[in-house]
Amino acid sequence: MTRQLMLGNEAIARGAWEAGCRVAAGYPGTPSTEILETIARDYRDIKAQWSPNEKVALEVAAGASVAGARSLSTMKHVGLNVAADPLFTFSYTGVNGGLVIINADDPGAWSSQNEQDNRHISRAAKLPMLDPSNPAEAKEFTKLAFEISEKYDRPVIVRTTTRIAHSQGPVELGERAEVPLKDFVRDPKKYVMIPAHARPRHVFVEQQILKLKEYSSQSGLNKIEWRNKKRGIISNGVAYQYVREVCPDDSVLKIGMVWPLPDELIKEFASQVEELYVVEELDPFIEDYVKALGFKVKGKDIIPVCGELTPEIVDKALNGKDAEKVLPEYAGALPGRPPGLCKGCPHAFVFNVLKKLDVVVNGDIGCYTLGVLPPYSSMHSQGCMGASIGMHLGFEKARGDEMARHSVAVIGDSTFIHSGITSLIDMVYNRGTGTVIIMDNRVTAMTGHQENPATGKTLMGDDTYELDLEMMVKACGVKRVVVIDPKNIEELEKVIKEEMAAPEPSVIMTRRKCILKK
Amino acid sequence: MKNVIFAGVGGQGVILASKVLMEVAQKRGFDVKESEVHGMAQRGGSVDCNVRYGTEVFSPLIPKGGADYVVSLEMLESMRKIDYLKKDAVLIVNREQINPAPVEIGAMKYPEDIEQWLKKNFANTVVVDTTEALKEAGTKKALNIVMLGCLSKYLDFEMKDWEDAIKTLVKEQFIEQNLKAFTLGRDLIKL
Repeated sequence: MTRQLMLGNEAIARGAWEAGCRVAAGYPGTPSTEILETIARDYRDIKAQWSPNEKVALEVAAGASVAGARSLSTMKHVGLNVAADPLFTFSYTGVNGGLVIINADDPGAWSSQNEQDNRHISRAAKLPMLDPSNPAEAKEFTKLAFEISEKYDRPVIVRTTTRIAHSQGPVELGERAEVPLKDFVRDPKKYVMIPAHARPRHVFVEQQILKLKEYSSQSGLNKIEWRNKKRGIISNGVAYQYVREVCPDDSVLKIGMVWPLPDELIKEFASQVEELYVVEELDPFIEDYVKALGFKVKGKDIIPVCGELTPEIVDKALNGKDAEKVLPEYAGALPGRPPGLCKGCPHAFVFNVLKKLDVVVNGDIGCYTLGVLPPYSSMHSQGCMGASIGMHLGFEKARGDEMARHSVAVIGDSTFIHSGITSLIDMVYNRGTGTVIIMDNRVTAMTGHQENPATGKTLMGDDTYELDLEMMVKACGVKRVVVIDPKNIEELEKVIKEEMAAPEPSVIMTRRKCILKK
Repeated sequence: MKNVIFAGVGGQGVILASKVLMEVAQKRGFDVKESEVHGMAQRGGSVDCNVRYGTEVFSPLIPKGGADYVVSLEMLESMRKIDYLKKDAVLIVNREQINPAPVEIGAMKYPEDIEQWLKKNFANTVVVDTTEALKEAGTKKALNIVMLGCLSKYLDFEMKDWEDAIKTLVKEQFIEQNLKAFTLGRDLIKL
C-alpha cells in the first residue's frame, strides 16, 4: 500500500474518490477550500463544482444523492449556517446514494468571523457527525461516512477544524470503489416533505438516531485506550493528539463519532477511572453530555472555551506544567503584522476614496473586509456573507435620508452572487435609496482565486456563461448603474458623491481584475 | 523527535520549505506531522509552519519550549517564535527586514536591535545574510530554499535526500535554480 503525505483536505478528497463519490459541490471557505480544488485537479471522475453558495451546493449534492449517486458537499462552519435550511429537512428525507457533508470549523478564528462549534448542528439536525483527529483519519472517516449514510439513511457530517484541514500527515492510499448508481424510485412519502409525510419521517429519524447511538459504542470510531486508570480523559479531534502527547500514560476515550455520542462506552470508561476529564476545543459539548449521564467530570473549568487549544494549554491544564522559557521578555514594542490589501489592489482605490469622503461603510466578507484596518479604517459594520446591503437598508430605515446620503454598502462580486442579490431586491422593493458598491475583481480572491458564476469558467476548467452583473442589477430594479475602473480615482470620487446624493437606489460597479490574477 | 518551525511573511514560501523537509523525513521512514495556516495570513501577514518528525508524532503543533530549530525568513518574525525555542535549540534568522503595516503607516518603528538582542540572549542564534546567495541563485524567490539549505547543515540527512525532495516538489523549470539555492544556503553555515 502506498503512503503519501497529505493535507487533511487532500485526504478528504481522496477519501471521497475512493468511496466512489460521483458528484461534489461546495462554496469556497477557509479552511475547507482545498477539498474541491483537489478533486477538480486529481480526481476528475467526480463531477465537482463551485455553487453560488452553500445552500445551493448542499441542494445539488442532495439531489445527486436522491438520484442515486454518492455525493459530497463541502463548506466552512459559517457556510453550514447558510445551508442549514436544506440540512434540517434533508435529515428527514434521508438519502439514496450516500450523502456526506464536510464542515470545517475554525477554532481560533484564523480566517473567520466567529468560532461557532458546529457539533451542536449535528445534534440539532439529528445527523451523525464524524470528527477525525489527523489526515489519515480524515480520509478513512470520509470513506466510512458514505457507508454509514447509506446504511442508516442519514446525511453524514464530517467535521474538521483548521488543525486537521490544514495539517499534513501520512495517509494510506486505497483504490476507488466502483459504486454503481442506485435506482431512483419515485417515493414522494420519503422525498416530498409535506406535513403529512414529515410527521412519520420524524419518527423514522428518531429511530435511526437510537440505532446510531448503539453503532457509536460498537463501531470502533469511538474507542477506549486503557492505560493507567487513575485518570481518564475523553477527547476528540486534534485535542486527542494533544492529550496523547502530554498525558501519554493516561487512559483515553477517543471520540471519533461526536454525534450521537456512545452512552455505553462513556459509562464503561467513566465508571472505571478515578478522575474523569474531557478535553475538547470550543464548547463543552461532550462534557455537558457526560454530566447529563450523571458523571462528575472536569472540563471547561480548566480548559478554555475560547480560541483553539495547543499542546501547552492542555499540558498546563492537566499537568500544571508551564512551558520552559529560555529567553527573557523583549522590552521593546514589536509591531504586529496584520494581513493587508496587496500593493495595487483595486479595492484599495475605493477605500482611499471612501476614507476621504468619511462616509459610513456597511461591509461584507472578502479581501475588502481588510478595509476596516489602517490605513483605510473605512468599514463600520460587517457580519456575514451578503449582510452589507440588508444592513445598509436597515441603517436607512433607522436613520432616514440623511444616513442614506452619507453611506454606502460594499460587497464583492462573488459575495454579491452568494447572497447579495436578494438584499438588493429588498432595497428596491422596500423603497430604499442607498448606494451599493460592487467591488468586482473578477474572481473569488480571498480564499485563493476560485472561479464563480461571473468568471465564465467552472471549477473543472470548462467555459461557461459569464453572469452579466449589470443586467442582474438592472433586473433587480436598480436604474442608476455605473461601471467604473477604480483606478480612475477622481472619476470614482465624483461618481460615489453623485450616486450617494441621488435619492434612489444605485449601484456602482468598480471593475478591475485582482492584482494577483494572471 | 525533531521539531522545526519555519516563520516568515505571507508570500515568502514558508510552506514549500516545510514541504521539502517533510518529504525528506518521510522518505527516511519517519512519522511526520505538519501544521500550516492559510487564508487571511496569506495577505502579507505573519505565517508559520510547524514540522515534526520522529518514530511516532501526535500533535501537529509544536508546543512552546519544544522547537529544536526555528528558521525565520525575516528578522521581526523570529521574535514571535522565541517562546518556542528549547534551551539547546538553534535559531536561524535571515537578516532581512520587511516593514509590517504599522511601520509602513508610521504608527510604529521597526525594532532595530533584534539581531543584537537575540545574540545577547540566545547563544545559538545564527543570523545569515542571504543577499549574495540570492544574487547568485538569480532570484529572490529562492530565499525559502536558501534558508532550508542553512537548516540542512544541522540535520542528519544526505545531500541526495534533499535533492530528491526538491526535484519532487519544485516545478521542473525551477529545479536547477533551487538546487543551486540550496547549496548556496548550506555554504552560509560554517560548522
